[in-house]
Amino acid sequence: MSDQSKTFEASMNRLEEIVRQLEDGSVPLSDALALFREGTGLVSNCTALLDQAELEIVKLAKGPDGSITEVPFAHEDAE
Amino acid sequence: MEQKILSVTELNQLVRGKLERDPDLQSVCIRGEISNYKLYPSGHHYFSLKDSESAIRCVLFRGSALSLRFRPENGMQVLAVGRVSLYPRDGSYQFYCTRLLPDGAGDLSVAFEQLKQKLFQEGLFDPAHKKKLPAFPHRIGIVTSPAGAAVHDMLRILGKRYPLSRVILLPVRVQGAEAPGEIARAIDYANAHAIADVLIVGRGGGSVEDLWAFNDEGVSRAIFRSRIPVVSAVGHEPDVTISDFTADLRAATPSNAAELVAPDQSELRAALEGMRASMLASMRQRLTRSRQQLTGLSASPMLRNPMNYLQERRLRLDKLTGDFRRVGTRLLQARRQGLIRLSASLDAMSPLKVLARGYSMTADADGRLISSVTEVSPGQSLTILVSDGRIRAAVERTEGETI
Repeated sequence: MSDQSKTFEASMNRLEEIVRQLEDGSVPLSDALALFREGTGLVSNCTALLDQAELEIVKLAKGPDGSITEVPFAHEDAE
Repeated sequence: MEQKILSVTELNQLVRGKLERDPDLQSVCIRGEISNYKLYPSGHHYFSLKDSESAIRCVLFRGSALSLRFRPENGMQVLAVGRVSLYPRDGSYQFYCTRLLPDGAGDLSVAFEQLKQKLFQEGLFDPAHKKKLPAFPHRIGIVTSPAGAAVHDMLRILGKRYPLSRVILLPVRVQGAEAPGEIARAIDYANAHAIADVLIVGRGGGSVEDLWAFNDEGVSRAIFRSRIPVVSAVGHEPDVTISDFTADLRAATPSNAAELVAPDQSELRAALEGMRASMLASMRQRLTRSRQQLTGLSASPMLRNPMNYLQERRLRLDKLTGDFRRVGTRLLQARRQGLIRLSASLDAMSPLKVLARGYSMTADADGRLISSVTEVSPGQSLTILVSDGRIRAAVERTEGETI
């Protein structure tokens, strides 16, 4: 799940950059069209990421040999 | 003798001024028993403090009451810190309490104050050391008890706000003698293995004693040396622990900590929509501008009526060609005049003109011109050129001579 968060953050940063460039208006029309296409694609991807995401939860547990490992953690949703 | 007459208000103000100017009365700690305790809806607490012989009226205002660690009750022995002043409406003097501590259970409070003072002086609470929380927490470490409502509140809120992240729960005991060591070790472990981008350290509400692990010096030092930003989340809003001062950010409750570390997806979605709208607006503006440029261009004469445009150009070309011809002819004539002048001067220097003046040229049979007596011998035939013809002649003899 944390990879999704990284993708999301990178997309948000790129989107801000694209919005800035488009608002600036100095990029040639063909480049602006390409940026616009990239930007709307990123918005759709980010929305889809949020739609599909589910919080991943693990718990650190000490094994019989004393080593620490991750085990799934059952979280009963209060709702 | 004239006696000055004061109004009641003036007298009360005079006395109040005298009380408030006395430094001994402005920072006082008194011990006593609570009686006539009353909590008003405004949040202010009113009571009296008494001992075997006397009593004094006291007030604890709402703002100061927020730091109360216990519920005051009649008959309770307390230590009250505050100042003495006069309440003008009643003309009675009273104690304005800023801190109220249970007497006897005061050991913890004293320890708390002492450790707080020590760590403060060491700089553990210095804002310069506070680390910024990441905007997007990819991995959230939670150091708390795996049982209890607090962890479930946090997980529920994190799942609702930012389900893209991964939560790593570091289960520890949060009360009892083992708790401080476990909490500090969990924080150190998280750092040693870099398992998270942000840490929440805390527990749900409880008594002062229940929360005591978070007043432990070792816990505060572990928080302070953590390279991962730490949010403290201990108990309820009014509970303040030393961990809260040391942490990079203090949350009022565990639920509040979950809200502080994770962005809210409803805001993220709104931001995404905002960026989509902004890109659309920019593009629309851009296209309108391009369309206007196109309209401007198609209004130009060249595109509106190309034949007229060409005709104009052709006329201009014809005129230029005519001009060019005229200039060319004029130049040619000038050159011709120059040539005539040059050939006239050439003519004046011609050898034919010299012959006309009586000179002659002598050549041998091969036509070579003779310029020396050594070039001929007697009997040789010569041709003498004069202006109007040739004279055939023969050499009689030669006579060398210098002229």
